[in-house]
Amino acid sequence: MSDTKTTTGGTLFTPFNMVAGLILLVGGIVTVLRFTGGLAAVTNLSDNNPWGLWIGFDLLVGVALAAGGYVTSAACYIFGLKRFHSAVRPAILTAFLGYALVVFALHYDVGRPWRLPYPFIVQPGTTSLLFEVGACVALYLTVLFIEYTPAPLEWLGFKRARNIVVKLTLVLTIFGVVLSTLHQSSLGALYVIAPSKLHPLWYSSYLPVYFFISSIIAGLSMVVFEGSLSHKNFHDKMDETHLKEADGVVLGFGKAAAWVLFGYFIIKLVGLAVDNNWHHLASGWGLWFLVEMLGFVLLPCYLYAVGSRDKNIKLIRRTSLLAVLGIVLNRFNVSMVAFNYHLPSSERYFPHWMEIAISLFIVTIGVLAFRFFVTRMPILYEHPDYKDAH
Amino acid sequence: MDGNIFTLQDFMYFTKAITYLVIVAALIAFPAFWLFLTDRDE
Amino acid sequence: MAISRRKFLGWMGAAGLGATVGKSAHAASNKHFEGFPDSMGVLHDVVRCVGCRSCEAACNSVNQLPPPDESFKDLTVLDQKRRTDAKTYTIVNRFETAAKNQPPLYVKDQCNHCLEPACASACFVKAFIKTKEGAVVYDESVCVGCRYCMIACPFEIPTYEYDKVLTPRVMKCTLCHPRLLEGKLPGCVEVCPTEALTFGKREDLLHIARERIRRQPDRYVDHIYGENEMGGTSWLYIAGVPFSELGMREDLGVTPAPALTAGALGAVPIVVGLWPVLLTGIYAVSRRKDKIAQEEQADAVAAAVATSKEEAKSELEKVLAMKEKEKETAINMAVKKALEDAAKEQEEAAAKAQEDAAAEAQDDSEPKQTEEDS
Ligand code: SF4
Ligand code: SF4
Ligand code: SF4
Repeated sequence: MSDTKTTTGGTLFTPFNMVAGLILLVGGIVTVLRFTGGLAAVTNLSDNNPWGLWIGFDLLVGVALAAGGYVTSAACYIFGLKRFHSAVRPAILTAFLGYALVVFALHYDVGRPWRLPYPFIVQPGTTSLLFEVGACVALYLTVLFIEYTPAPLEWLGFKRARNIVVKLTLVLTIFGVVLSTLHQSSLGALYVIAPSKLHPLWYSSYLPVYFFISSIIAGLSMVVFEGSLSHKNFHDKMDETHLKEADGVVLGFGKAAAWVLFGYFIIKLVGLAVDNNWHHLASGWGLWFLVEMLGFVLLPCYLYAVGSRDKNIKLIRRTSLLAVLGIVLNRFNVSMVAFNYHLPSSERYFPHWMEIAISLFIVTIGVLAFRFFVTRMPILYEHPDYKDAH
Repeated sequence: MDGNIFTLQDFMYFTKAITYLVIVAALIAFPAFWLFLTDRDE
Repeated sequence: MAISRRKFLGWMGAAGLGATVGKSAHAASNKHFEGFPDSMGVLHDVVRCVGCRSCEAACNSVNQLPPPDESFKDLTVLDQKRRTDAKTYTIVNRFETAAKNQPPLYVKDQCNHCLEPACASACFVKAFIKTKEGAVVYDESVCVGCRYCMIACPFEIPTYEYDKVLTPRVMKCTLCHPRLLEGKLPGCVEVCPTEALTFGKREDLLHIARERIRRQPDRYVDHIYGENEMGGTSWLYIAGVPFSELGMREDLGVTPAPALTAGALGAVPIVVGLWPVLLTGIYAVSRRKDKIAQEEQADAVAAAVATSKEEAKSELEKVLAMKEKEKETAINMAVKKALEDAAKEQEEAAAKAQEDAAAEAQDDSEPKQTEEDS
């Protein structure tokens, strides 16, 4: 990645920029194909597999990994852990970009994207969990936008407006946590309606709880993971407070993540017990389930714990990547791998390369947007005019 | 439908619709009541 | 009626305010719903089905679906297991029986028109409606194309027009609802040459099915598929072999789809009601703790300052007293010495000792003073 080019501009043709440019180019072409040729032109979706990568990754993973926003702001403003204050702004920015991109990605996936507001303005389907997800995501995107505005307002020098928004912090944070609880869990609840299609090891009436708790893990891990990337690339943008607090954030979040992962593991066990699914463990699916449970839940849990006992920042940072991958794996398992498990392999789904291209395209837009904001606005540092204004 | 609900689906549809309206009201009422509760605190 | 119901727009329609609040659930006492009285359905008798595909052809023509790739007369398409697709509301599949020398069995597949449709429960624009006639109908004018209905349907029925750019629709059998309203039979039922399909009130169809099973227990297995599956369907099946051998899932359970999601949906308003209370509580506690900590700190500092002042004062006094004594002793000693020494040196020596003692006393009290400052 471009360590030094983030601020100076310098040459435009860094390896990072070239790869990003290529992805954007391909993504642009596929976008044209999608909106001129329909879903069939660019996806492997079928009547048996109506949801593919764009739901499994762009929606489920995207929303889970954007959980850092509510987790961090709740820790700081509600639980009063002021020492995490410098982590709030980057987390809110990531969350805002994440949700904006989720909504953007949905425009590719649904058949008639211009009708996306229909559930709210034409005819609400109130029995649908998807309605709940849609309503919360729309509201939360608004909340995140307002929560994020102090940065551009400070950048632009609009003090009055900025101070009004800052006064709303507590209300916005509480709204954010309520809405996040609802839609993070409802994403899992989407699958509760299909017990016959999702493998019993992943299906559970606790799915909403699993998705909510694992979103906390995802949020904590993403803050740590993203922090380490930012340290590599935007070190020059960080002020003293941020640098001073950064290690504390890593240690605190690592410890919290270890604890939540432990609880998550236990409720997954409870799920096995209440549905009496033990015998499935002895199958191929069981092996895969154990890989997820041991390799991507218990292992990161242990590594986080060791890291926080030894005050080993490096270990915690590395573990955060493992934990994030674990969340991705879990969402993929629920939405694609273990979904339609009963179908013969010829009828199973594997994403078309153009679907993957669009997902990469969207992630790239996110990274570029993050870089754009971080290099310009007071995200990783405090604006000198508002030093002690919290 | 003769003033009656015959399916669980319809029952949930109507009750959830009302519940959502209650939710919207709650989201507005909470901050308002909080202000009422605390505005005499120093 | 179904049509006017769908015209409701927006929230007022959703809540059906006024009208609905007063509405009572049928048999509301225990929230058990029997479905629309006298709603219609179809009984498919697998034993009678000969796999001629007439129903497929009829369905295609009454619904004005695009012409098929292979003619409906072509029975070789039965060599492959098929499912409904965007151009086909119904298909017939062939299954070889386990027993030797038995002819193969044929099963027609289409939307089962569930009594509590999963597709309707899942749709976030309420594009699906279970009508009082029994049909589950779809309204393309609101459909967003999220395809959640396809995820939800346990029978894998709804299909999507993936190749359309601007107007992709979900496609599925309508139970020929428009024809029913005109008083006609569903297209497929009308043409079936062997009466493998029977249209009628679902209640009556259940009686007929039971009667056939009772009369010929050796030809039928004692199971009416659709009587209870996923809460029951309007389309019913009876057959001579277990349905799992006919590609139909027997592990769907009897819980209707809306009941599956009821728990998750029910948690939503509770979270909205309790989270703000809980979170604000935590916030208040952590604020209070901060405040108490601050106050305690302030108190502690004040107390420390007070005690150190006190201490410093008494120390100073002590020191001064000591110095005074020392001074006295020194003077006494000096006096003694002086008395012993020459008398004229007496005054000088005393003055010197006095000076020294004063300087010393000042040195000692200095550190106390700095402590007080800090
Ligand atoms: S069979 Fe599927 S599409 Fe038909 S009513 Fe039932 S859930 Fe809906
Ligand atoms: S695809 Fe259309 S009918 Fe199906 S759930 Fe989505 S909006 Fe409803
Ligand atoms: S009821 Fe009508 S739409 Fe359904 S399969 Fe028969 S002919 Fe086709």
